Amino acid sequence: MQTLIAISALGVFCLLAEIFNLRKALVPVTIVGLLAILGITLNLWSIDSSIDEQYKSMIVFDKFSAGFSSLFIILTIFLIALSHDVYKDHQTKISDFITIKVFLLAGAVAMVSFSNLSMFFIGIEILSIALYILAASKRLDLKSNEAGMKYFLMGSFASGIILFGICLIYGATGYFDVAEIYALSQGAGLPIWFPIGITLMIIGMLFKIAAVPFHFWAPDVYEGSPAITTALMSTLAKVVAMATLYKLLSGLTVGLTYNFEIIIVIVSIASMTVGNIMALRQKNVKRMLAFSGISHAGFMLMALLSLTNAASTLLYYTSAYALAGMASFAVIIYVTKNKDNEDIINFNGLGKTNPLLAAVLTASLLSMAGIPIFSGFFAKFMLFTQTIKAEYLVVVIAGVINSIISVGYYFKLILAMYTKEATEEKQATPFVYYAVGVISIVLNIIIGLYPSLVTNLIN
Amino acid sequence: MNNILDIVGIENYIFLSVLLFCIGVFGVLYRRNAIIVFMSIEIMLNAVNLLFVAFSTYHQDAEGQVFVFFSMAVAAAEVAVGLAILVSIFRNLGSIDIANLKNLKG
Repeated sequence: MQTLIAISALGVFCLLAEIFNLRKALVPVTIVGLLAILGITLNLWSIDSSIDEQYKSMIVFDKFSAGFSSLFIILTIFLIALSHDVYKDHQTKISDFITIKVFLLAGAVAMVSFSNLSMFFIGIEILSIALYILAASKRLDLKSNEAGMKYFLMGSFASGIILFGICLIYGATGYFDVAEIYALSQGAGLPIWFPIGITLMIIGMLFKIAAVPFHFWAPDVYEGSPAITTALMSTLAKVVAMATLYKLLSGLTVGLTYNFEIIIVIVSIASMTVGNIMALRQKNVKRMLAFSGISHAGFMLMALLSLTNAASTLLYYTSAYALAGMASFAVIIYVTKNKDNEDIINFNGLGKTNPLLAAVLTASLLSMAGIPIFSGFFAKFMLFTQTIKAEYLVVVIAGVINSIISVGYYFKLILAMYTKEATEEKQATPFVYYAVGVISIVLNIIIGLYPSLVTNLIN
Repeated sequence: MNNILDIVGIENYIFLSVLLFCIGVFGVLYRRNAIIVFMSIEIMLNAVNLLFVAFSTYHQDAEGQVFVFFSMAVAAAEVAVGLAILVSIFRNLGSIDIANLKNLKG
């Protein structure tokens, strides 16, 4: 709870900074504030706080939410560090952009630490509304407008479905409190509305994580949005939605029925396959990473098959994916800064003109493809082991085949960087791109070498 | 005083809400005018609000009605952002027909 209050206070501070003309100091102060909040969150770890009665049991801050909140805070720090350079030409608006990102983080934290469905709904809406604004934030660019509009329509449609699910669950049980619903779901005799409500909520969340039957909005929105917003969507927003879906299912139901698990198997395999195959024929890097994100959503859905004990695996997989994504987007934002598209051709010769950033991008793509020493490999390995234990071998086979396919399009980008000739001179690189790229890839390698650092957090 | 729910029955409220919700869904899927799409989203959310109030009476529990306030506030904030996006589209494109949004393809 302290985390949530502190983040909201920081957001209000960012708004006030505009009035008191502190724009120059805004980015460093926000980063320091977020680091302090990260400290508070990690400090809460030792205190084994269950549901906090003081807040009418709206919030539960357990190890699951502390682990994911820390990950979100780290990702937001990276995004805000990048914002400084990205919004250099829009100094008058910088405090708005930073404030929206900080409030978005508040919504994300609320989504993983809810213990009441109203808190969950408000969290998801804070996150989504902030994302609609950010997606459409290049006001004069028609592509950004279109991305914002598409994201808004799909997002509010999904919110309506989630709301209907919450309503049916309330009708069946008479409670919004997750613990009460869990207790009631063990007994028989709930009306048919209860499983329908759960299903509607799952459908709404699958929209948000862009899993396959509900993925069609993702490539357009990722391509049209400003690059920094795409970075936010593909790392933070996807991880938040996945963690929330896991928390919802493990919190509301005793265990998934066999039919539910079969549906998750199908959605998971379809997401992996469709995402990877569509990614093979993309020229635009943002669009390619959107499809790669869809296939990673398929991998993450595997965690739902062993619902009782997959929390630490999910945290590990999402950390590995999000850190690699953040590193790659630091490079993509730098390369495509003054260009009107993000085609692979822009990356030609990056290996010669800017070897460090090319190395960072290569490392992050290798991590996403699942090559050893990067944490992406160990994440996939742990996820596959767990799924085999849950006796769903077919998903693992599909996952392995898809990992091999995915190497194809990741290498297309790597080859363009190292084998093609550069078309333009090296431009000056602000330090922050190096810092974000290198730090996130180093964190990625560290948790790859010592997986227990992350996996022991939750158990 | 008799409870009105005993006379009408909770099922009929559910049917009505599902019907309204489906009208909203089909409006979102098939209409091309952005304003009408926004209205359809509002119909979806308000169908759910109606059902919340019905369930709240059914359970004799005020929580459901309190939730309606949350969801109304959230829906208002959401549609404000949506209209802002729509205004900037209209400035760039001169129309609010969703079928014109075809720049992103691949």
